[in-house]
Amino acid sequence: MALADARAICPELATRPADLAREAAALGALRRWAGRYAPMVATDGVDGLMADISGVSHLFGGEQDLRGDLHARLERAGLAAASAIAGTRGAAHALARHGGGVVPDGRLAEGIGHLPVTALRVDHGTAEALARVGLSRIADLIPLPRAPLARRFGAGLVLRLDQALGAQAEPVAAEPDTPHFGVRMTLPDPIGLQADVMVGLMRLLERLCHKLTLHRMGARRLRLELRRVDHGTVQVEIGLARPMRDPTRIAALFARGVDEIDSGFGIDALRLSAPLTEPLAPEQTGGAGPALRHEDALADLLSSVGNRIGFDRVLRLLPAESLIPERSFLLAPAAYTAPETLPPRAGAPRPITLFPPEPVVVTTTGTPPACFRWRRMRFSTLRATGPERIAPEWWFDDPAWRTGLRDYWRIETREGPRLWLFVTPQSQDWPGPGGARSWHVQGAFA
Amino acid sequence: MRLKPPSMDALTIVRARVHEAEGRGRRAFALFQAARHPGPLVWILPSHAPEMPMLRGLPRGVGERLHLLRPAGETDLLWCVEEALRAAPVSLVIAEPEKPLSLTAGRRLQLAAEAGRTTGLMLIHQDAGSNATETRWHCEPRAGSAADSTLHQWTLNKNKRGTLGSWTLNWNGASAAFHMVSEARERHEPEEPAL
Repeated sequence: MALADARAICPELATRPADLAREAAALGALRRWAGRYAPMVATDGVDGLMADISGVSHLFGGEQDLRGDLHARLERAGLAAASAIAGTRGAAHALARHGGGVVPDGRLAEGIGHLPVTALRVDHGTAEALARVGLSRIADLIPLPRAPLARRFGAGLVLRLDQALGAQAEPVAAEPDTPHFGVRMTLPDPIGLQADVMVGLMRLLERLCHKLTLHRMGARRLRLELRRVDHGTVQVEIGLARPMRDPTRIAALFARGVDEIDSGFGIDALRLSAPLTEPLAPEQTGGAGPALRHEDALADLLSSVGNRIGFDRVLRLLPAESLIPERSFLLAPAAYTAPETLPPRAGAPRPITLFPPEPVVVTTTGTPPACFRWRRMRFSTLRATGPERIAPEWWFDDPAWRTGLRDYWRIETREGPRLWLFVTPQSQDWPGPGGARSWHVQGAFA
Repeated sequence: MRLKPPSMDALTIVRARVHEAEGRGRRAFALFQAARHPGPLVWILPSHAPEMPMLRGLPRGVGERLHLLRPAGETDLLWCVEEALRAAPVSLVIAEPEKPLSLTAGRRLQLAAEAGRTTGLMLIHQDAGSNATETRWHCEPRAGSAADSTLHQWTLNKNKRGTLGSWTLNWNGASAAFHMVSEARERHEPEEPAL
């Protein structure tokens, strides 16, 4: 039914757009939960689950009781569900969407015979063609000869019919679970000492790192949750400067966070998980020499510093393709980038330090000025090199460059400092006293 | 009569100790030392500091070895310095503290440098150093008479295990190479006996 029609019938209708991503996530969670009924559970379309319960139902006291148990639990969770149990996947799919129930063994044809042909997972065109010739129920299809049926309506219909009746095998293809990197530990008696927590953490880390090794992954972020006796939860989270799965080195990074937690009346459960992991190929340890150990130690330093001041404050300078001084290099987080070698220097020299442009007070006219004041210091020009004209990048609207072209000068002052001054010949500013133009300092040379 | 040639070693700062540099040329001095220290470099400056090292102006080979830490507060900054000094693979730690270093802080940094065998260089404001420092340099750029000279005057004001001195040198900021500039002056110290 179209939304407009529905609104015409019921004006108070509350509607909400479908959130497919979150629905899929919820279905995935339900699929994990359904693992309590069968080892093989797969999602079936966007709104269904398919479980292979062969050899399982007696554990719940029969198929009827299993279905009852499933419905009772889903109802307690507030979920309305329809379900069916049948000998084949196709039959169960059809019955679950048309009333539900249990089809006893060997009576598939009777069990699903009364269902409409649309229940057979055939496309809309085929179902319409079947209805036109008066075949509306599955039971009408079963006695018909297969060859003319296939010739007239396509092989898909016969395949679906065979699958529903068990003539064609169709296993439940459960997708492999994404590995879950989380381990937990409950304690018979609460602990409170820092050393005890670290020992517990070490045991968890060994298990987690073993699991990471099996899947060839390395942790990038780790979270330790500590449950206290009073049901409070404390959490310690660390980031790592590069993927890692070495228990002792990770434990050292946890030391500061564990030191700060309040254990209250004691901690009786620990849970360690790796919310963020990255592939980490197995590598030879020990034999690689001191270079690798140095690299590891540097990564440890960046991790520990990043955990305290934030990983966005641990930076690296990377070259960028721009002539604009401010954008000629990038400040990139060191944890997520590799160093790049700088292309060989060419062109005019660049200052060693760069800062936002600071206006200078020019007392004389002339280009460049013979005398100026900057940061309350008086300078007189001894030698000037320039100008080097840098044009703004027209495809990038930078407020600092709205004044147009800049002519950069390297000014050696009699007082010592070698400064990088610029003037904006295109700017519409009023000239200063005596016709002096506005000059700015942006850097200092070695 | 023979003047003792100024040796290369005069400008080499002692390893595994923390040094201080002040004056307008302190960043140039830091980069000069960085070019002479092989291995990873850490430059720690406050997050609100306007002056940033500019990649294309740095001496050759320094840019790719440089790690920049920008902690938010003075305590965090000193903590970062101590942590970096304790890390063995780092060769030189350059830091720009905002406030005067206390004796306790200076001493702690010395102990960290000795533990990690790492050299530290604090770029301090005028007279904001700590007594625990190994050496203190006053660095000023000087105007040169020739067109392509970039002169620096680096004065050693404090030295725990050596003599003081003042050197004028021509260093263009591109590599570790430099030229000493001998200035005509009146001799104050007695003539050294000929060897």
